[in-house]
Amino acid sequence: MATKSTAAEGARPASEPGTLVLVCVAAWAIPGAGHFWLGRAQKGAVFLVSLTAMFLVGLLLKGRLFPFDLSEPLVALAAFANAGLGLPWIAGRALGLGSGLVTAVSYEYGNTFLIVAGLLNFLVMLDAYDIGVGRK
Amino acid sequence: MTSHLLLLVAFALPVSAVFATLSRDEPRDQLRTGGMMFGGFVLAAIVLGWLMYPLPL
Repeated sequence: MATKSTAAEGARPASEPGTLVLVCVAAWAIPGAGHFWLGRAQKGAVFLVSLTAMFLVGLLLKGRLFPFDLSEPLVALAAFANAGLGLPWIAGRALGLGSGLVTAVSYEYGNTFLIVAGLLNFLVMLDAYDIGVGRK
Repeated sequence: MTSHLLLLVAFALPVSAVFATLSRDEPRDQLRTGGMMFGGFVLAAIVLGWLMYPLPL
């Protein structure tokens, strides 16, 4: 199984299905954790810093962490996107952050940061999976 | 923080970094791709902003 690796970092493929699942769960829970696990520390650090910063800026801009309200399809989709960020999303919900202030001028900007951060983390998780199975 | 340009830059920076890191393996390539992507984000927003300046007619 061939994997690409840079001079600065060596990739470790996780060929066992159980390990792959754990890598994906870690990648979902903490942005970049899957890449750290697989030996791609530089990529993991970029994901950790970038996505965490986007999440925090989204909260600072009075964005909302949407609830899973299936009667409102767009709200449910936004909630799904928010949930892509794993533990920061769980912590935000548990601490009552991200209630959103709809009258704030930055409300929609905040929502955009929070939604895009979650969606990007889904991409990062898929990338970790691809590395794990040896595709990259 | 209500500056559109500042928010645009704050958004474009991490998004460019993530996409560049996903799509390139070498740090040098990541920097080049990320820089081009970031510049594209900002430039496109400024051009579109000026194009929309006369609207509504």
